[in-house]
Amino acid sequence: MAELLRGLRLEQVVITLGGARLIALDCAIAPGEVLTVMGPSGVGKSTLLAAITGTLDPAFAMSGRIRLDGRDLTGLPTEARRVGILFQDEYLFPHLSVGANLAFGLKAEVKGRAERRARVLAALAEVGLEGFARRDPATLSGGQRARVALQRMLLSEPRALLLDEAFSRLDTGLRAQVRELVFATARRRALPVLQVTHDQSDAAAAGGAVVVLG
Amino acid sequence: MRLAVSTTAPPPSRRRARFLPWAPLLTLAVMLGPVLAGLSGTLAPALGYMPALGGHGVTLAAFDALFAWPGLPRAVALSLGVGFAATAISLGLVVLICAGWAGTRTFGAIERLLSPLLSVPHAAAAFGLAFLIAPSGWIARALSPGLTGWARPPDLLILQDPAGVSLILGLVTKEVPFLLLMTLAALTQVRPGQSLRVAQALGYGRVTGWLKAIFPQLYRQIRLPVYAVLAFSMSVVDVAIILGPNTPPTLAVQVVRWMSDPDLSMRFQAAAGAVLQLGLVLLGLGLWRLMEVAVARLGRVWIASGARGRRRGEQALRMGALMLGGLAALAVIAGLAGQVVWSFAGLWQFPDLLPDALTLRNWQRHGPRLAGPVTETLLIAGAATGLALLLTLASLEAGHRHGLRPATRALWLLYLPLIVPQVAFLMGFQTLSIATGVDGGRAAVVLAHLVFVLPYVFLSLSEPWRAWDARQGVIARALGAGPDRVLWAVRLPMLLRPLLVAAAVGFAVSVGQYLPTLLVGAGRVATLTTEAVALAAGGDRRVIGVYALAQTAAAFAPFALAVVLPRALWRNRKGMRGG
Repeated sequence: MAELLRGLRLEQVVITLGGARLIALDCAIAPGEVLTVMGPSGVGKSTLLAAITGTLDPAFAMSGRIRLDGRDLTGLPTEARRVGILFQDEYLFPHLSVGANLAFGLKAEVKGRAERRARVLAALAEVGLEGFARRDPATLSGGQRARVALQRMLLSEPRALLLDEAFSRLDTGLRAQVRELVFATARRRALPVLQVTHDQSDAAAAGGAVVVLG
Repeated sequence: MRLAVSTTAPPPSRRRARFLPWAPLLTLAVMLGPVLAGLSGTLAPALGYMPALGGHGVTLAAFDALFAWPGLPRAVALSLGVGFAATAISLGLVVLICAGWAGTRTFGAIERLLSPLLSVPHAAAAFGLAFLIAPSGWIARALSPGLTGWARPPDLLILQDPAGVSLILGLVTKEVPFLLLMTLAALTQVRPGQSLRVAQALGYGRVTGWLKAIFPQLYRQIRLPVYAVLAFSMSVVDVAIILGPNTPPTLAVQVVRWMSDPDLSMRFQAAAGAVLQLGLVLLGLGLWRLMEVAVARLGRVWIASGARGRRRGEQALRMGALMLGGLAALAVIAGLAGQVVWSFAGLWQFPDLLPDALTLRNWQRHGPRLAGPVTETLLIAGAATGLALLLTLASLEAGHRHGLRPATRALWLLYLPLIVPQVAFLMGFQTLSIATGVDGGRAAVVLAHLVFVLPYVFLSLSEPWRAWDARQGVIARALGAGPDRVLWAVRLPMLLRPLLVAAAVGFAVSVGQYLPTLLVGAGRVATLTTEAVALAAGGDRRVIGVYALAQTAAAFAPFALAVVLPRALWRNRKGMRGG
């Protein structure tokens, strides 16, 4: 039974705007699996992700249930949902150092300066960014920024991962590399992944089910 | 709502959650309450009702007395003429500067000059201009005796000329930077680059193309600031005392004179004058609106004509606008320089360009007396700015958390305190504060300043606040940060520069307030501005120089801080520069 509930489930989720139906989706993403949602821009892909993170604009209305590992997310504030998200822009906080960006993501339950610092350094080392803790995020390359954003998100220990055109800014070579890192990490950590993209290669690389909207 | 049911939110945020939804309403009440209450408090005595002075009935006697004043037609004409001339010249100059130079490197230099120019208080700028153009001023000295043959200052009425020309000039030097700033903010929304390129590709000259393709979109966005400039120019008091004519003065100045008349029965006449001033401003706005319609109609004909603009004419317009704009800036800067020199001047005879000797005596003599007004000025400005920032941020954050979108109509409300003439409601505000027993105190003055500080703080902060990418907040929330942490650890630090600029603007507005301090403080709250304007009649340039410089420094220091502090704090953060 518990196995059945694990992962990210969208149960008869319908999103409407002023009475008009935008999105209707009913699906389950098991831990470590990827669901790709495709469709042209303006079809409401990002709206779907906003519904899952709990940042839906009040103009939209949603019915149905979103469950993560059996927990109903409806009505929970974004910060309590434990849903990680990556956008095409990394949104590293420009006023914080790379290390402080990671520490922002690291859960408050991890106590003690030394312990927190060690966790941040380990997260940087994991993606080959040793010695980057004091760097200004604005001085990083695109690939480095993507890795910092990924690690920052992972330090917050999410139970699911959303990708909002996360790779579309990267050029082809880097794109495959970063994509591989993200999907491999999600598999290793048994995170259900929902990605929206308009790029066929993202869907192919994910290897999971594909839903086409619009 | 979401906050209130959240079990993870710490107790402080729950307390704030109760205050936050009320913040926009409270802000409106603090800003508009005094205006509306003050207006009614002015209207009552104008109609003869003021029990404290024995007025109980509803009569038009006050208006009869007002209309019997022989100076009235001239005072009314002056107010209208000065208002329209100052506004039209300022707007025309700003439009031509933008049409000719927006997007160029020269324009970048103009932008950098804006904040310092804006921060100079009106009174200080007016004193500066007076130092320049007076018969014994720098311009006359530079030309004498060589060109003019004057060995002593000529007996010419250049300053405070009866037609109000020097008053208009003084207003233009301060309105041009203000309108330019508002235009720059509007331009970022209109995205003029593409339209201009298209127009130029179709063979239009730069200025003509800008006027035809961009100005019509732009004007809609700067209409309210233009109205504020018109209303201000028609009813300004401090600048008009320094630069405006005396016999008769503008209506607003005369109303203030009646208000401070030892004969208390003149209060009724003053109230009637204040009501007339309000009517005059409304009439002015109506006339301006008619002119807008007429200009728009002519403009459409001009646009449809397909005229591309002649190269030589375009060039002349560009250079002319730049020179006039430069002259306006120079008038403020040279005026300040003149005050610096006067404040250190020993013997300085006409027509010497510089004093015989520089001395610290003026500062030694008047410096110690500055301490009181300086403290008062800083306390009031600090309190008003702090309150304004708190209310503004709370309102914006409430809008953000509860999904409230300000209607465009709400913008009118922000401009209301800037459009309703100060004399029209401050007099009533004073009467009411006497009745409620809070008159003459610093707190009442802070509240009165808040009425004017709030709109400016709100206007300068709301645009950067909305421009902040909300997805930065989504990321932070998804990382587990609650709304409070997002606000304090992400949004406010990222908006540090606009926050400091907004604070500096608010501070400068408060420092420059003359009438609210004078009236609501019942003449007992002495700030640098009230002291400086009070010195105007005396004409001792050395003392005026000392006070005007102290006033300018008080207004300018926060702007300097707003530039220096983020640079120092973010010196290792490339992403925080220029933002």
